[in-house]
Amino acid sequence: MSVKQHRRLIVPVAAAAVMGLALTGCTGDIAAQTAEDTDCAAYADYGTFEGNPEVSIGGTIQDVEADRLVESWADFQACTGITVNYTGTKEFEAQIAVLAEGGSAPDIGIIPQPGLFNKLADAGFLKPAPEAVEANVDKWWSADWKGYGTATDGTFYAAPLMASVKGYVWYSPAMFEDKGYEIPTSLDEMMDLTAQIAADGTVPWCAGVGSGDATGWPGTDWVEDYVLRQAGAETYDKWVKHEIPFNDPAIVTAFNSVGDILKNPEYVNGGLGDVSSIISTEFGDAGLPVLDDSCAMHHQASFYEGFWKNADGSEVSVAPDGDVYAFLLPPAEAGGEQAVTGGGELVSAFNEGDEITAVLSYLSSDTWANNRVELGGVISANTGLDASLASSDILKQSVEILQDENTVFRFDGSDLMPGAVGTDSFWKGIVNWLSGDDTQKVVDAIESSWPKS
Amino acid sequence: MTTADLLGKIIQVVAALAAFSLVIGLVLFLIDKAPKRGRDYWQLAFFLLPALILLAVGLIYPAFRTSLLAFSNSSGEWVGAENFIWMFTQPAALVTLGNTVIWVVVVPILSTTIGLAYAMFIDKSRGEKYFKALVFMPMAISFVGAGIIWRFVYDYKSGDNAQIGLLNQILVWFGGEPVQWLQTSPINTFLLIVVMIWIQTGFAMVICSAAIKGVPTEQIEAAQLDGTNPWQRFTNVTLPGIRGSLVVVITTISIATLKVFDIVRTMTAGNFNTSVIANEMYTQAFRAGEQGRGAALAIVLFLLVLPIVIYNVRVLRQQREIR
Repeated sequence: MSVKQHRRLIVPVAAAAVMGLALTGCTGDIAAQTAEDTDCAAYADYGTFEGNPEVSIGGTIQDVEADRLVESWADFQACTGITVNYTGTKEFEAQIAVLAEGGSAPDIGIIPQPGLFNKLADAGFLKPAPEAVEANVDKWWSADWKGYGTATDGTFYAAPLMASVKGYVWYSPAMFEDKGYEIPTSLDEMMDLTAQIAADGTVPWCAGVGSGDATGWPGTDWVEDYVLRQAGAETYDKWVKHEIPFNDPAIVTAFNSVGDILKNPEYVNGGLGDVSSIISTEFGDAGLPVLDDSCAMHHQASFYEGFWKNADGSEVSVAPDGDVYAFLLPPAEAGGEQAVTGGGELVSAFNEGDEITAVLSYLSSDTWANNRVELGGVISANTGLDASLASSDILKQSVEILQDENTVFRFDGSDLMPGAVGTDSFWKGIVNWLSGDDTQKVVDAIESSWPKS
Repeated sequence: MTTADLLGKIIQVVAALAAFSLVIGLVLFLIDKAPKRGRDYWQLAFFLLPALILLAVGLIYPAFRTSLLAFSNSSGEWVGAENFIWMFTQPAALVTLGNTVIWVVVVPILSTTIGLAYAMFIDKSRGEKYFKALVFMPMAISFVGAGIIWRFVYDYKSGDNAQIGLLNQILVWFGGEPVQWLQTSPINTFLLIVVMIWIQTGFAMVICSAAIKGVPTEQIEAAQLDGTNPWQRFTNVTLPGIRGSLVVVITTISIATLKVFDIVRTMTAGNFNTSVIANEMYTQAFRAGEQGRGAALAIVLFLLVLPIVIYNVRVLRQQREIR
């Protein structure tokens, strides 16, 4: 080989080597956690596995939440020798059925809504929950929750994971104290309070249902909360299962009661505009006028805690004596049954194996719930959960509500309805309703969009 | 990502490249060894085969499956023409079809007219290059980007707040009340159409400008000597001379308009009576989980595009015959 040819080779090889070295610098080689430096007493029941088996989990949880999720099973991995690989993508809900059909679904799926779960279970993609998981769920969860992991054929497939409570009403404690307002104990009292605040010269409510192509969903939460409280859990169940039509009088009543607030120009939209501004305001910004007292109350789920921010970027304290706090939307009658709507994930397996069973039982245990909640930001309806571990006052309150035996818990109705309604015509219906269509027209249109079969 | 992962990925890439060249090499080798008789046909078959396989997998099979899906419900059961009945009876779905018609009529006509007029006016002017670049620039912006830009233009803040939307700010300067542009039907559909015209005019202008320059000067001079005025020259000499290009422009823009999705989705997500077929197709198939309805909409879209494509091909073919 001549020198010239050598040169021709040397340059690309050198370039490749430099590239390789540079790329190596980008990677972080993290030393794996070993069993020696972990207290494994809590994990003895799951056994130890030889040969480092891997279990893949898929879900919609991303970013910080995903990091915390992975951290929540770090000790479990070290003690059992199982490697858990989590992949989070926003497209999970759209893709999972396709993946399952092609036989390439992850071992375990964290399914964010019962409607999707039922679809997967009915299609025969899911594996029934192992005995250990069912025992855990019987022990730590209420019958309501177990019901959501049970398919229409009566087989129990999925354990609940985390939970959230909807139907909070955010307010400014300082303003309520100054003006002498009391936290209402019934829906009627809340309307009286609304009228009183309006009479005192403040716009009582601020709301926003804008959310990109999901615009409308915060409005469905309002309606669901009212159906559950006014018509009761039984009617609510019938409604989401379509055993009563969507244009049933009970639903019309709920819509109209919400309309008494949201469609009354005197009561909305504090600091944001008129009724039509509800649609154009992003749900994340809709509560912010509470901070400068240009609006008194804002209805949104517990997760809204993370959305509070002052205009100058400073922190907002969320506490009973802080800048903002929340009370749960009251029952229809004072002292009546406490009913809440909420959300949560269901964990089910697409494949079978001892290591998958071990991961599933760990995720359904009180140990996991405590580990995860301690990391902050979320709660679970697991009754073995120590409420004091929750990272904020509002989350502690939510845990207590979820663990209370007298609480009637119902999943967010739009998650339970078929996609054509729950994630399409119900949202569009809310938008049209707030744009001025009357209730009967809107509920009739949603009813006619309910898929036949 | 660890070093091992990275190395694994590099090895995968190298392996894939190697496999690719191996297959190509094998194909070439086999063609070379093909029997002498009918070697041309063998070669033809071998070279076409990869493309045909890809077409079958990527186009023919999906088209076939979509057609089947259009006649089934979300759980895959056969429901006959129910999805099509839904499409032509549901008020919301009818609005979608109506909007698509408005789009496909207004956008090609307006963008071609504006583009052609602009091309005529700036033809042979000083600084033609810069005038062209100005109008052509929006073509370089993605539909989603354009949608976001224009959503800001139409943005609404209630009366006492400072406006951040240009259109409402202009209204306020002239003493008007701000308007919820994107929520007011039917004007919102036309405001979305403006965005599409803004993008497509550049395309029409460039093609028309090139075609105008292709019209022989002899013909124009001859017409001039016959005592025609500029308008007559335009309608009787230039227009017939650029007919082919005009058809290409109009059909291309029509097809792009029928498929419009990004603008509607980013600006209104199909709310407030602005939805079009492509947006509804996505919403039904992927958000609502009603693949059947989505597939039915896709088929209608395909049937609507088909005549335009056929017309386009026919005109091109006629022209080739003339030449």
